[in-house]
Amino acid sequence: MPLERVPLAAWIENLVSYIQVTYASGFDGFADGVKFVIDGLLGLLQTVPPLALIVVLAALVTWKAGWRLGLFTVAGLFLIHNIELWTPFLQTLALVVTAQVLIIVVGVPLGILAASSDLADRIMRPILDFMQTMPAFVYLIPAVMFFGIGLVPGVVATFIFSIPPLVRLVNLGIRQVPVDLVEAADAFGTTRLQKLVKVQVPLALPTMMAGINQSIMLNLSMVVIAGMIGARGLGAEVLRGIQRIQVGQGFEAGLAVVILAIVLDRLTASFAGGRKAAKKEQA
Amino acid sequence: METATRGLETGSPPGPGPTDVPGGTAAAPGTAAPSAASGTAAPSGTAAPSGTAAPAGAAVAPTKIACRNLTKVFGGRPERVLEFLERGGTKEEAQARFGNAVGVHGVDLDIRAGETFVLMGLSGSGKSTLLRLLNLLHKPTAGQVIVDDIDLTSLSKRELLRVRREKFSGMVFQQFAILPHRTVLDNVRFGLEVQGVPLAEQRRRAGEAIELVGLAGWEGNVPAELSGGMQQRVGLARSLAVDADVLLMDEAFSALDPLIRREMQDELVELQARMNKTIVFVTHDLDEALKLGDRIAIMRAGRVVQMAGAEEIITAPADDYVEAFVAGVDRTGVLTARSIMQPVKATALLSDGPHTALTKMRRFGLSGLLVLDRERRVQGYVSSEAVVAQLRDAEAGQDRLDARRITQALSVALDTSLGELITAASGISEPIAVVDAAGRLRGVVVKGAILAALASESSDEGNAEGVATDAA
Repeated sequence: MPLERVPLAAWIENLVSYIQVTYASGFDGFADGVKFVIDGLLGLLQTVPPLALIVVLAALVTWKAGWRLGLFTVAGLFLIHNIELWTPFLQTLALVVTAQVLIIVVGVPLGILAASSDLADRIMRPILDFMQTMPAFVYLIPAVMFFGIGLVPGVVATFIFSIPPLVRLVNLGIRQVPVDLVEAADAFGTTRLQKLVKVQVPLALPTMMAGINQSIMLNLSMVVIAGMIGARGLGAEVLRGIQRIQVGQGFEAGLAVVILAIVLDRLTASFAGGRKAAKKEQA
Repeated sequence: METATRGLETGSPPGPGPTDVPGGTAAAPGTAAPSAASGTAAPSGTAAPSGTAAPAGAAVAPTKIACRNLTKVFGGRPERVLEFLERGGTKEEAQARFGNAVGVHGVDLDIRAGETFVLMGLSGSGKSTLLRLLNLLHKPTAGQVIVDDIDLTSLSKRELLRVRREKFSGMVFQQFAILPHRTVLDNVRFGLEVQGVPLAEQRRRAGEAIELVGLAGWEGNVPAELSGGMQQRVGLARSLAVDADVLLMDEAFSALDPLIRREMQDELVELQARMNKTIVFVTHDLDEALKLGDRIAIMRAGRVVQMAGAEEIITAPADDYVEAFVAGVDRTGVLTARSIMQPVKATALLSDGPHTALTKMRRFGLSGLLVLDRERRVQGYVSSEAVVAQLRDAEAGQDRLDARRITQALSVALDTSLGELITAASGISEPIAVVDAAGRLRGVVVKGAILAALASESSDEGNAEGVATDAA
């Protein structure tokens, strides 16, 4: 006797449309908020002359990551400007930065929660696994249903896909703080907040920065995919190149993504490595 | 102070010199006898100060920390393990049966204000767990921890925080546990910062603590720039800056190399003499325990198997476990004249005649006698040869011991260490008199007993053998 097919797809569709209808105003509000932030950031970036922005970015990179990368930044950004991808570049930068801020604002507290409670950790772990392994495209459809097309669903899909490594690494970083340091804090009568701020977070910082770095990389990898749902920027340029079989144009946009990725990666990696918890070896 | 009571004159050579002093001129012997007398007068002069220092008579300090039937079971569902333990199960059985580790089991302790209390045991004996139960870093499964009449187990989280800040000077850890991202100064003021002390005062008190541990000038350095010993000084200073009554130290010097470790131990002893805190010190090193501890609790399998002063641990180990512990220890710094001296079998009085002295020697099989005055103060030593010589000497009077033939005797205080005794005993063959603060004879130490104490597992047996060979 054949079993009846489990109507999983129907359930999920029902659930999604239920959520969509029930929380419509909430989604709209959220979408407006995110859109406002992205547009504001983009507007700001666009008012700055490209040359000034290049100088500022290069200076920041040189300060944190050395002059070689600074030089690379200058060259890379000039190239992007030269091949007339400056506006898509700024759109992508605004998307990435907004998504990343959201990821950090939500991801770090979640990681801290997971580190301070085994129960929370046990509950979060499978959810994070799910979020990270589910093909990213799948998020796009409900994101569009909830938030319409454009940058906002791009941010949301990026957020879901990119937040797990940050949560995991914040959790790991805090759990890896040596037991005796935590005990020392307790022995001196710290409150939970004091312990977190004065001991755990500073010591977990390198690992947390590695988490931020990882999430930025995933974040960038979502840029092109977000282009499929109407998020303007380098992703959309890549897609246009593919759709029109204009290999050169696709490559140009792809290269711009790579340049942005390298700069952001090295920059955040330098933050992660900068505060090495040095242990002096004893003879 | 004890050295004052020790020596008689060192001017005249030891040994049987005057045995055959020829002729009866008054001058030479006349100086000999008073010198002995003046020598023994010295200890009676120091009687008052020694009396105040006598540990036996000192009033016992009030209890600072009390543990009542304290038990810690790790892992889930500790109640059933607790019940099993209460029915008489052992730690090992509980582990095998339930899989729960038993850290501490049924410990009762009274740690007195101002003492250095050492918790000693091998790894896994529960000593570090017990330490962490004292400030509730570990929550006791059963029993109470009472600090200054406050039962910590009954406190709310907020109240516990306050007790930790007010009663405890944090903790000093084996691996230092100082913050790598903070400078020395910022590490040392950590405890004060947590308490919300104003920044200026934090800096001032931290600066004082840094000075105290000898790290002045390093305030701006980060831990990575310091050696292990210096890092531990930071850890110690951090606790001292808080300046609360109780200082908990968990294997604080175990990670340091031996030379630095000894130095830190000495400094802790010195600091403690000035600060008079209640220190609970965990160590697996018996020498360290003996050096630092006013009292020592030896732990095994979560229980305290013996709690006593250093000397009692060495001389009267409670069981085989403690004895095995004690076997390898350097006894010279711990054992004292009091613990290895033997009762005096016979003495001569100044008023005794040579015949009486010789009879006493014969009866007890001795080769000489300590000579005492009426107050049992040591006046010197007379050997059998000297007595025989006096009897043969026609010119000498026979009603009293000839003062010229009484050699001086070395007398030491009760708490003279074995190490000092060894130095003192080198080159002399007579027994060493052990005198109390008033200079009265309490016992004797012979060379045999010193050697036996050095060699033996239990110095009691050693003493018994030592006595047989030679005594006064």
